[in-house]
Amino acid sequence: MANDPISQFQLKTYIPLEIGGMDISFTNSALFMVATVALTSVFFIWATSGRGIIPSRGQSFAEMTYEFVAGMLRDSAGSEGMKFFPLVFSLFLFILVANMIGMFPYFFTVTSHVIITVALAFLVFFTVIIVGFAKNGLGFLKLFVPSGVPLAIMPLVIAIEVISFFARPISHSVRLFANMLAGHITLKVFAGFIVSLGSFGALGVAGAVLPLLMTIGLTALEFLVAFLQAYVFTMLTCMYLNDALHPGGH
Amino acid sequence: MFISQALAATEEASGTPGVFPPFDPASFASQLLWLTLTFGVFYMIMSRVIIPRLSGILEVRSDRITRDLDETQRLKAEADAALAAYEHDLADAKKNAHSIAMESTEKAKAESSAAREKVEAELAEKMAEAEARIAEIKAKAMSEVGTIANDTTSVIVKDLIGGKLTNAEITKAVSSLVK
Repeated sequence: MANDPISQFQLKTYIPLEIGGMDISFTNSALFMVATVALTSVFFIWATSGRGIIPSRGQSFAEMTYEFVAGMLRDSAGSEGMKFFPLVFSLFLFILVANMIGMFPYFFTVTSHVIITVALAFLVFFTVIIVGFAKNGLGFLKLFVPSGVPLAIMPLVIAIEVISFFARPISHSVRLFANMLAGHITLKVFAGFIVSLGSFGALGVAGAVLPLLMTIGLTALEFLVAFLQAYVFTMLTCMYLNDALHPGGH
Repeated sequence: MFISQALAATEEASGTPGVFPPFDPASFASQLLWLTLTFGVFYMIMSRVIIPRLSGILEVRSDRITRDLDETQRLKAEADAALAAYEHDLADAKKNAHSIAMESTEKAKAESSAAREKVEAELAEKMAEAEARIAEIKAKAMSEVGTIANDTTSVIVKDLIGGKLTNAEITKAVSSLVK
């Protein structure tokens, strides 16, 4: 069971809980969510506790992360968008750290379950809709009416815009989930080849060098993907929030 | 492998058998609940503690940098002013020195010429005095020359001819000779 590439996504119940017939057990997924939150919070609380004018290494890292996310948000949504900074910052760090923790062997990857990424994507989606209508009223609907389009093809364009708007949470969540899932399966498959080839005697051990190299390369790639997907998710969040603030601006 | 087997033995694998775990709806409720809890707590910690701290740190630093730059600007202005004042003073001093030198030269010149004039005046006075005395002495001598000549003449005449001449005759003779 432990050798098939799917078992790493298997949920394991640590503390069985049930309310009203719903299974809300504390699982390995919950454990790693708690670990993600605890690790990140403790690091940032520790790093910012000095409040030095001249930062320590930890504080410098925390500041760089802050500036990185703030720059991303300010570039896409303007200074008005900075009121969403806590949300964007939390999303970025939660996804990044969850992805990175998932890179450790035998650790569970929280973001490899579609329900988690869908929930985060819908959090952004509903934030955009609520803020969009609260701030612009019906003017938010201008989002679906691009300026400078001939009247004849306007209905078609509006239909496309509406569909693409409602497809956002799907593409937003599936991109992250699929990348994490596929990457981890590929890693596990190639790592499995090493063991399988190794059991075929000396020639097999020699041949196992190839998937070993592949696994090393893939591991590096997966670290890149883990960062990149957190970045992409956050970047898209910023762009969607920009739509909520400036619906006519595209 | 042994570890995961050991883990698998102690833990009860949840979820529906034969369903791809990430798509197993049986696990959705639990994951959503724990995500809400953990992400909610995370959001609170970030927005209440971490972000105010970080933005505070960055604000304090940028304030400090602005203040330091202002201070630098102020000190630079002060230094510039001091330099300008120094240069001004130096130019003043140069000008003063020149005028003082001129003045003292003038004064010395005036003093020396005054002294010379005084000495010259004194000398002229003394010279005039001396000349007056010489003239006086000369006049006195001249007047006495007449008397001496008369006396001498009367004595010579007496000795030579034994005669006796009146003073009037002698004087007449002498003055005709002197002429």
